[in-house]
Parts: sequence; C-alpha cells; structure tokens
Amino acid sequence: MAEDHGRKWDRCLADTVVKTATGLGVGIVFSVILFKRRTWPLWFGSGLGLGMGYNNCQHDFRSPYLVHGHIVKVSTERKV
Amino acid sequence: MLRACLRGANATAWKNFGNGSRITQQHCRHYTAGEPSGAVKVLATSLLAVSGGVGGTVLYAKWDPKFRATVEKNVPYSDQLFSLALGPAAKDANLPIRKQAESVQPPSMMEKQVKPSKAKAEKKVTEASEGPVKESSPAPAHTAPSIEEASAEATHIISAIGEVPSIPATCDTEATAVSEECTECHHQEQEKPAVMVDVEPSTAEEPLRERPVEEVTARLAQQDQEELDTLASLSTSLDDSLANSAKATLQAIGAQEAALQAIAQHTLRLREAMEAEVSSQEKSAQWKELEEALTHRLSAVDDAGSALQKANESLDSLKAIIERSKGLKVPAARPLILAAEENLHNMAVDLDKAVTQVQTAESEAKIVSQYSELVNEAKQQFQREVTSLTPDIQANWKGLTGKLSADDLNALIAHAHRRIDQLNRELAEQRVREQIHIDAALDQQKLEDQRALEKAVNTSLQHVREEARLEQERKLAELREVMEAEMRTQLRRQAAAHTDHVQDVLKVQEQELKAEAEQVLSSKMLEQETRYRQLGQEQVDNFTLDMNAAYARLKGMEEAIDSHVVAEEEARRAHQLWLSVEALTYSLKSADVDTPTVPLESSAKAVRENCHDDFAVALMSALPEESLQRGVYSEAALRARFNSLRSLARRVALVDESHNSLYQYFLSYVQAALLFERKQEVPPTQLSSDDLDPFKLLSYASYCLEHGDLELAAKLVNQLRGEARRVVEDWLTEARLTLETRQVVGLLSAYANAVGLGTTQAP
Repeated sequence: MAEDHGRKWDRCLADTVVKTATGLGVGIVFSVILFKRRTWPLWFGSGLGLGMGYNNCQHDFRSPYLVHGHIVKVSTERKV
Repeated sequence: MLRACLRGANATAWKNFGNGSRITQQHCRHYTAGEPSGAVKVLATSLLAVSGGVGGTVLYAKWDPKFRATVEKNVPYSDQLFSLALGPAAKDANLPIRKQAESVQPPSMMEKQVKPSKAKAEKKVTEASEGPVKESSPAPAHTAPSIEEASAEATHIISAIGEVPSIPATCDTEATAVSEECTECHHQEQEKPAVMVDVEPSTAEEPLRERPVEEVTARLAQQDQEELDTLASLSTSLDDSLANSAKATLQAIGAQEAALQAIAQHTLRLREAMEAEVSSQEKSAQWKELEEALTHRLSAVDDAGSALQKANESLDSLKAIIERSKGLKVPAARPLILAAEENLHNMAVDLDKAVTQVQTAESEAKIVSQYSELVNEAKQQFQREVTSLTPDIQANWKGLTGKLSADDLNALIAHAHRRIDQLNRELAEQRVREQIHIDAALDQQKLEDQRALEKAVNTSLQHVREEARLEQERKLAELREVMEAEMRTQLRRQAAAHTDHVQDVLKVQEQELKAEAEQVLSSKMLEQETRYRQLGQEQVDNFTLDMNAAYARLKGMEEAIDSHVVAEEEARRAHQLWLSVEALTYSLKSADVDTPTVPLESSAKAVRENCHDDFAVALMSALPEESLQRGVYSEAALRARFNSLRSLARRVALVDESHNSLYQYFLSYVQAALLFERKQEVPPTQLSSDDLDPFKLLSYASYCLEHGDLELAAKLVNQLRGEARRVVEDWLTEARLTLETRQVVGLLSAYANAVGLGTTQAP
C-alpha cells in the first residue's frame, strides 16, 4: 500500500506534466493559428492542462473513498 | 446573546483597560504618523462604544445583583472592577438578617437552657436553704422537732422490729446533717412518719424484711442468756439481802421480845417491890433483883435498839435492791421480786409489831416507875418526918415497938394524928382537884391515845397499802403468767400448723422428685440400650466396610494396572504430538528478514495427524490459511517494514474520508515536516483521547516493536484512522497473521508440554 502511494504520486505528477505540456502545445497551436500569436492561449492552455492534471491527481487519490455505483444489467440472455 | 455581547464588550474593555493607555498611546503614535484624522475618529468611536458598554454593565450590575454575580463569575477580574465602582457585593446584606435570626435563636435557646438550669438551681437553693434554715432557726420550727421526735420514735420502733434501710435512722440520729441527701431524706422521713403513724404498724412492717432465722435464734438465745444472767445475779443479790434482812429482822424481833420480857419482868419486880410486904432481907434481895432487872432491861432495850437499827438498815438495803431490780425490768424476776417484797413487808410488819409491843411495855413501865418513884418519894418523906420527929429511932421502926417510951409513943400518935389530919385535908383537896386532874389526865391521855392511834392507823394504813400493792402485783404476775401460757399455746398451735403444712409440702415434693427420678432412670436405660444396639450395628457396618474396602482396593489395583497400559499409550502419543509441535515451532523460525517463512502446511499436517482430541483439532483448524499456504513474516521483518511505513503514515496523517483533497495532502505534508515527536514513547496503560493522535500512536507502536511487543504495536496501529490507516492496512494484516500463528503454535506447544508432562487430559 505504501508503494501504491508513491506510485500514485508518480503517476500523478507525470500525468500533470503531460497535460500541462499538451495544453501548452495546443495553446501554442491555437495562438499561432487562430489568435494572432497572442500570449493568453498559452497560459490558458497550460492552465487548462495543469487544472486537468490536478483534478485527475485528486480523483486518483480519492479513489478508494469514492463510492461507485455499478449498473448491473440483468439480461434475459445467458451471459458467458 | 446579551451575555455574549457583554462578554465581548467587557473583554475588549478589559483589554483596553489592562493594556489601556500603552496601547492607545501606541496606536496614537502609530497612527499620528500616518493618517491622524481617520485613525483618531476610529479610535474615538471605539473608545466611546467600549466605555459606554462598560458603564452600562456597571450600572445594570448595580441595579441587578444577580447580573453582577453572573458577570463576576464569567468575566475574570470583573469582581475587582465592580468592587471598585460599587463597593462590596450586595450579598452582605443577607448576612445581617441571617445573623439576626441566628442571634435571636440562640438567645431563646439559651433562655430555655437558663430556665431549666435556673429551676434546678432554685430547687437546689430552696432545698439547701430549707436545710440550713431548719438547722439555724429551730425556734420557729418547733413543730418540726416534735415531728422529728415522733419520726425518731417511729423509726426506732421500726428499727427495733426488723431491718430497715438505714436512711431514716441516720437522718434522725444526726440533727446537724448538712448534706442535701440528708435533707431530702429528711423531707421523705417527715412524710413517712406522718403516714406510718396513721397507718397500722402491721402495714408499716410490709417494707421490712424478715431477719434470717439463725440471726433471730441467736438474738433470742443471746437475750435469754442475758436475762438468765441478770436473773441469776438478781436472785443471788435478792437472796443475800433477804437472808441478811431476815436474820437481822429475826434478831431484832428476838431482841425486842427479850427487851419486852425484860421490861415486863422489871415492871413485875418493881410492882412486887412496891406492894409486897416481905422481910427486909428479902426486900434488899428484891431490890437487888430489881436493880439487876433494871440493868438487864436497859441492856435488853439497847440491844433491841441496835438490833432494830441493823434490821432497818438491812430492810432499807433490801428495798433498794428491790427497786433496782424493778428498774431492770426483767420479766422472769418478777415473782422473785414479788416474793422479796412480801417478805420485806412481813418482816417490816413483824418488826413494827414488836416495836409497838416494846413501846407499850415501856409506857407501862414508865407508869409503874413513876408510881414507884412517887411511892419512894412518899416513903422517903415519911421517913424524913419520922426521923425529924424521932431522930433516935432508926429507919426500921416496925421492929422497935417494945423499945419506944410513952412520950415517944404520944409524940408519934400526935404526929400520926396531925399527919392524918393533914392527909385528910390533902385528901379533901385532892378530891376537889380530882375532877380537874382527872380531866387533865384524861385530856393528856386522850392526846396520847390519839397520837398513838394516829401512829397505829398510819402504820396499819401503810401496811394495808403495802399489802394491797403486793396483792396487785401478785395478781399482775399471775395474769401475766396466764397470758404467757396462752400465747405459748397459740404459738404451739401455729407451729403445729406449720409443721403440718411443711409435712404436706414435703410429701408432694417427694412424689414429684420420685416421678422425676424414675423418668430420668427410664430415659437413661433407654439411652444405654440404644447405644448398645448402635455399637453392635457399628461393628457389623465396620466389618462390611472393611470387606468392601478390600474388594474395592483389589478392583482399583486391577484398574490401575489397566490404566497404566492406557497411560503409557497416551504418553507415547503425547510425545509424538510434542515432537510435531516442536517441528512446527522450528519451521516458524525459518523466516528471513524479508521473506516469509516456509509454508507451514506440511508441519501442520504432521501435527494434525498426531492430535487425538478435540482441543488440538480445534487449535489446528484455527491456523490461518495464509500462514499454511504462504507462511508468515517474522517480527524483525515487520519491524523494518514499520519503520518505512511510519514516515508515510505521518505524511498522510490529516487525510481521511472527508478531508481528502490535494490541498489537504499538502497540509498534511507540511504538518509532517513541521511536527516533531519522539521516536519511541512508552505507551500508557490506558489510552485517553489525547493519545489517539496518529503521531503519538506511531511513536508508541515504535516503542512496542522495539521492545518486542508485536501485539500491542498492532493494537496501537489499529487505532489509526483515515488515510494513515489505509496505508498501514497491509502491515496490520501481516502482523495479525503472524500473531495468530504464533498464538496457536504457542497454545499447541503448551498443550503438548502439559500432556506430555503428566496426566493432564484435555476436557
């Protein structure tokens, strides 16, 4: 379990970095293409990426406490 | 809300007050550098508000003491403020009222106490005053002494009758008693005699106790003895004096009679001498005889007188003794006294008789002697005349008729004629004076007769009186004797009745005792019989018991031999079990630092084969599956893992189900970085709520682990909550496994040891 914790953090950070970078990239692209090389799409994109990464991280950490509801489909057909 | 507002206001007020001027000055200093107006405004308004609040509080507290009390309770140092502003609390007003009430109460109580004590004192004082008053002023209380005397008399009587409590006696004997008890009993005593005197003595005797019989008899015997002694002494003295007086009286009487005889004789002789005409020789002889008779008479009279005196003395002494013996009041001596008195009286009477006889004789003799004297005188005169006429003629003139001459004869005849004339004349004179003389003589004689009569009457009266008294006393004595005899007969009758009654009672008692004794005898006989039978039975029982015991022992021995075989089998099995358990224990120790032990399946199987009873089987089934399949970790491994786990747990200490955002994680990390606790801390025996802090728990658990107490460490770690708990969950499971396996193995080995060591058998 302890390793899980460390692994979670690794995953978390990696994910956040990736997302932030991706967001930055997308921002760059958009800034170049659509928004006349303004700065704000970069900030927006990286912020977006960071936020998503943060959220994912939080969700990941909260996962054992989240109660998941499963929809059980009861079908008349026989399931393998 | 009001209180909260006030508290806030007071807090701020006190803050302002306490730090007061300094802060305002600081504020002033600070804010004057910057924007003075705004700051000053703010400051002023705040000050106003605060002071208004404080003043309002104080005023309200002045008006409402409860509010004041509440504020003082809740706000520290407000009591000082209030005391400064308002003075001491109003609750002092209650005290004076209560004190008054209290002070009113104790005086009333004290009064009550004083009253009874006063009453007591008064009583005592009155009693004491009555006592001394009585003692000091006997004059006004003359009736009291009389009553006292009466009471004394009554008590004397009572004490004489029987034994009485000593209170009355002591009270009465000491008139100057000072103690109160005496005065009290004096009072009692005064009341008592008044009652007692009125009531019959029989009822007064009720509180008296009967003396014991021996004492009574002793006293009676003593009294009798005393009586006898006095009686003896009395009788001896009486007899002696009686004898003496009798002798003396007889002597006196004899002397008197002798004197009487002497006097009679003398008188006779004298008469003879006077009248008889005998010869001169005979005359002289007569005269001689007469003289002798006279002397004899005189001596006899003297003797009689002395004897009379002696007799009188002895009679007086006898009388004194009789009086004395009368004074002793001994009843038995009365007849003696009576007899003595009678004797005395008789003797006195005889003596008096004799004395009177003598006196009459003496008076006669006196007459005769007077007559003789007269005759002698006449003769002598005649003789003188004759001799004067005829000096020559001698006395004896009768013989001289022849010798006388005629002149002488004529002279003689003339003288004789003259004498005859003279005598005739005297005779005539005498005849004339005869009557007068006779009257005088008669008077004299009458007087003398009267005197003699009186004397005789007195003496006879005395004698009669004496006789009457003696008669009375004799009658009294007789009566007394009769009474005594009657009393004796009555007492005898009573004694006879008493003996009859006692006989009856004794008979009844005899019957009862006989019945009792027979009963006791029969019961004892029964007892003895039963005991004999019991003993016989006991013997038989003992014999049977012995036989049974021997048989049982035989049986026991056979069983013992059989069970020995069984026991040996058991022992072998126990050995096997023990060996297999040892193997299991050894396999437990095969854990490395990081790897678990070998799977315990094979050893467990071996043990299971060797268990033959439910206990061991149950224990074997209690071994966890994991340990069988995978093996368990050793304690050292767990310890090492824990150390690494600890830091992680510290880092996620603040994260739990409700607080699990990343921010919380950040805070938790910061806390772990900043918070320092001891590496190891001794866990307390009882966990309080403070100890449930994860950091503390981890340090406790560390300590336990370092000291080899895995169980306690697991327990402590079990107290972790939230994310920290999730983090250490694996470790906890492993620890549990290890603990379980170890417990089971420990139990098994203990069981095997017990079974192997002795005859322990599992239930």
